Amino acid sequence: MSKIIEGLLYSESHEWVKVEGDLAVIGVTDFAQAEMGDITYVDLPAEGDAVEAGEEFGALESVKASSELFCPVSGTVAAVNEDLEGAPEKVNEDPYGAWIIKVRMSDPSELDSLLSASAYGEIAK
Amino acid sequence: MDQELKFTCLHDEHVALGAKMSPFAGFDMPIQYAGIIPEHNAVRTAVGMFDVSHMGEIFVDGPQAEAFVNHVFTGDVRTLEPGRILYGMMCYPDGGTVDDLLVYREFESGYLLVVNAANIQKDYEWLLSQAEGYEVEVFNDSDSWGQIALQGPKAEDMIVKVMGIEELREVEFYSFCDLEDEDTGRVIVSRTGYTGEDGFEIYASPDNILDLWDAFLEEGVQPCGLGCRDTLRFEAGLPLYGDELSPEISPVMAGLSMFCKFDKPEFIGKEALLAQKTEGPARKVVGIGLEDSAVPRAGYPVELEDGTQVGTVTTGYHSISLDKSLCFALVDAAYSALDTPLFIRIRKKVFPGKVIKKRFYKTNYKK
Repeated sequence: MSKIIEGLLYSESHEWVKVEGDLAVIGVTDFAQAEMGDITYVDLPAEGDAVEAGEEFGALESVKASSELFCPVSGTVAAVNEDLEGAPEKVNEDPYGAWIIKVRMSDPSELDSLLSASAYGEIAK
Repeated sequence: MDQELKFTCLHDEHVALGAKMSPFAGFDMPIQYAGIIPEHNAVRTAVGMFDVSHMGEIFVDGPQAEAFVNHVFTGDVRTLEPGRILYGMMCYPDGGTVDDLLVYREFESGYLLVVNAANIQKDYEWLLSQAEGYEVEVFNDSDSWGQIALQGPKAEDMIVKVMGIEELREVEFYSFCDLEDEDTGRVIVSRTGYTGEDGFEIYASPDNILDLWDAFLEEGVQPCGLGCRDTLRFEAGLPLYGDELSPEISPVMAGLSMFCKFDKPEFIGKEALLAQKTEGPARKVVGIGLEDSAVPRAGYPVELEDGTQVGTVTTGYHSISLDKSLCFALVDAAYSALDTPLFIRIRKKVFPGKVIKKRFYKTNYKK
């Protein structure tokens, strides 16, 4: 059973969002990392990049496959987790601790269309 | 493809071991058990075993078996002694590849052709269609055989321990021995594989293969899935039919001219392949090493610095044994020389690399 944390918001494409003021901290769920297997590379955007809700902002690579990351909200990339460049396995080890990017949101109302922990639990099976 | 998936004789074992299963070449096959990385490393450092029962076994017998096999196969079996094996291809008249395969010479007029699972029916029909005028019998016996590949530096000790036959140590690379036994039926053990390591491939009846699998498992041999079979063969510079060889990719384009014996009087595809070799093929399969860790995948464009596309990735990984991002790519021959700078478009970004030798990993065959 994969772990889902109460209080976070979730996308159908298996990203989680933690809201800190006008920042959205974004990572991938435990379900997503388990499906991917051992992650060997995280393709990160650059700070300052514009991102759009539902659009690709990077990717995770496992040995076998690559899996695109989709941004749950629109805005500007305020920070990227550069630790993941040297240690992509952190996404497997601690998916909710290993955030990938922080986005300064341009339209926080987009958060309303994300899923609650219980609603996400229904699709992450 | 609405055909039902086939199961190998080891299917129940894979499920019991909790393998991640996936359709491959019409079979429901294990992709991984413990994970691609530990399985890959088991083969490189110790020993691992693969269920390769999906591979095809086609027998060619008869007074003109030698002439017939030599007609359809790019290698020269005239000098192949019974008990020895040749790797090569079957080609169409235009040089395109029907399949790559191993030819086992069993006796003077009897051969075993081991072909790719995805191509069994196609190869069998191709062989039948070419057999007219030859006094031969072509027999597809694939469903009667199971097969285990036991691979890695400890494969020799392990096979001797489990099968209890000390003489197996003496089986040379690309040779085989036939263990005919009243109780167990026929067992073929060859020193071959698809990993770049020393190892054996064992062909036997499904019951026998099941017993051997369990015996190896009991000795602690790591079961390995098709996931690491691909990462291992890739590092060793070995082609996969469908990726680096196909009806559109000839052995010459794939860099496998050494397996085409142009001094034979004739074989199907000889003229076309010889022309490609002499004039140089339009496109070639090359190895590319990237500076960055981004992973090139099949289908990604290979470009020049100005963005002109000159090829396509056929297989790519972040190599487990070498910790580098590497790929095979089919590129315009003008850009196939070693050290040629090439760029790979991975999603929105372009990553620099250069042409390197395809044998990325130094193989450890027992020669």
